[in-house]
Amino acid sequence: MNAILEGLIKAFGLLLSLDPEVYSIMFLSLRVSGLAVITAAIFGIPCGATIGLREFVGKRFLMAIVNTLMGLPPVVVGLFVYLLLSTSGPLGPFQLLYTPTAMIVAQLIMAFPITIGVTASSVDAVGKGLREKALSLGATQWQLTTTILREARVGLLTAVIVSFGAAISEVGAVMIVGGNIRWVTRVLTTAIVLETELGEFGIAIALGIILLLLSFIINLILTQLQWSGLRR
Amino acid sequence: MERTEKIMTIVETQELTKTYAGTDVLKNISLTVEKGELFTVVGPSGSGKTTFLRILDLLDPPSSGKILLNGVEAPSSEQERLALRRQIGMVFQQTTLFNSSVHDNVTYPLKIRHQNENEIQQKVSATLELVGLKGFERRKALTLSGGEMQRVALAQALVFEPELLLLDEPTANLDPRNATLIENIISHVNRKSKITIVMATHNMFQAQQLADRAAVLREGVLVGVGKVEEIFGKPSDFLASFARLDNVFTGISHIGEEGIAKVDIGAGLELEAATTKTGKITVFIRPEEIILSKSPIISSARNTFKGKILQATDFNRNVQVKVDIGKEFVVLVTKRSFQEMQLNLGAEVYLTFKASSVHVI
Repeated sequence: MNAILEGLIKAFGLLLSLDPEVYSIMFLSLRVSGLAVITAAIFGIPCGATIGLREFVGKRFLMAIVNTLMGLPPVVVGLFVYLLLSTSGPLGPFQLLYTPTAMIVAQLIMAFPITIGVTASSVDAVGKGLREKALSLGATQWQLTTTILREARVGLLTAVIVSFGAAISEVGAVMIVGGNIRWVTRVLTTAIVLETELGEFGIAIALGIILLLLSFIINLILTQLQWSGLRR
Repeated sequence: MERTEKIMTIVETQELTKTYAGTDVLKNISLTVEKGELFTVVGPSGSGKTTFLRILDLLDPPSSGKILLNGVEAPSSEQERLALRRQIGMVFQQTTLFNSSVHDNVTYPLKIRHQNENEIQQKVSATLELVGLKGFERRKALTLSGGEMQRVALAQALVFEPELLLLDEPTANLDPRNATLIENIISHVNRKSKITIVMATHNMFQAQQLADRAAVLREGVLVGVGKVEEIFGKPSDFLASFARLDNVFTGISHIGEEGIAKVDIGAGLELEAATTKTGKITVFIRPEEIILSKSPIISSARNTFKGKILQATDFNRNVQVKVDIGKEFVVLVTKRSFQEMQLNLGAEVYLTFKASSVHVI
């Protein structure tokens, strides 16, 4: 209990002291997870929408695969990206290992199936009745697609919220491909692991609280958007 | 002469057949609908009415046969079908609305037609007034009552001024007040705006009240088409084809002591009806005109019967209750009152309805 209290005090101390290292770690966390989630949304929402909109043989099988990938263990993703980017790997020449780019790629691989899966099921949930209604009122195929996406808007934001949650809290993948290098690839989760290993529980808890606060603020904004989407 | 006839015919179907999974849902339907008329397709549920309307709306292609709109055969390319479909409004039996305001719902058909903003506001405002929903613009469509939602759906189908309006059981599952409101709107747009209407209904009474002509469907086969007086004026063995219709009974009528007709429909049941007809007659009682109660109620209504609940089926905000009073009666009550009465299958209930609710057909 004392450790938590100490951590809480330390967390505010760190934030208020404007410790440049803490802020650098925070912003890198935001940058890596943010870019991974945005990229996942740009490509994942159209993919998920396509799956949700169309009826085709093997749709259920494909959804089962996507659903499985939604639970990808971060360390496995980390290992996979590591093997791709390591000097002897196929993408070795790009020298991306131990860079924020490698971390974004790893988190993108995790966020992508989540975005596809949640988008596909929310688009799929827009009933056949509504699709036929839009068609019957004279919608073109393109207008039908945008109408369905509009109806599924709350689900699309859920896709972003869930994938952001998975990305920002993930440690295994960024640790393997980023290497937790101070000022370069250290993010909140990897910093917490390091401080815990060093026995610096106060700082570890402080960083944990900062991570939670950050996650809370982002989710608050997204949830606000989601609710205003519901009201419209 | 032939040329004039062609111009007057808005819909023509030739040997229309639709097959789903090896079963013929519609078989060789050939009929015409004239411009400006209110044409009704009558038949029990499962007779193919919805399938017929979907084919007319060009949502589903027929398995064989032709459909001609304004004398031109419906094209097969989706783009040309869309252009034609944009002249047709359709109201589905299951009300589906967009998760947005009433205003945005009604604006939708005009926006996808890229009409200008001034025109849109004018048409939306006039249409909402027509369906009695002026002032509802900002309300969320999905929070409205069943009747209001159906009126929004009707406004969506009317706002773009279609040439042809297709209505699939527009008042099924609605309370009498809303059903009457919608019937009045239908009648108004047909008479005043001269919009041709094809309406599917299982409610013979409604068909008779509203329509000029009727087609009778039974198990996908057209068993009759003509003026409503001809169709419903035929002997009762013809009407027996409506066996699956709710609350239609054939019996012997005689004028009782108080000058009110008593119709013996068998099983010891004698209905009091506001008619002067005697002899063999067929009567019909609208399910929504019957009051369902747990104990006998004191009212001016002439008919009260005790029975047991056989079945209860959910329909949107209403519950369709089948009650055995010697014969099977169907009653429509709101879900809320059904829950408040705490009724179960087999429960003893009373059915009450006025003599004027017993319609002679």
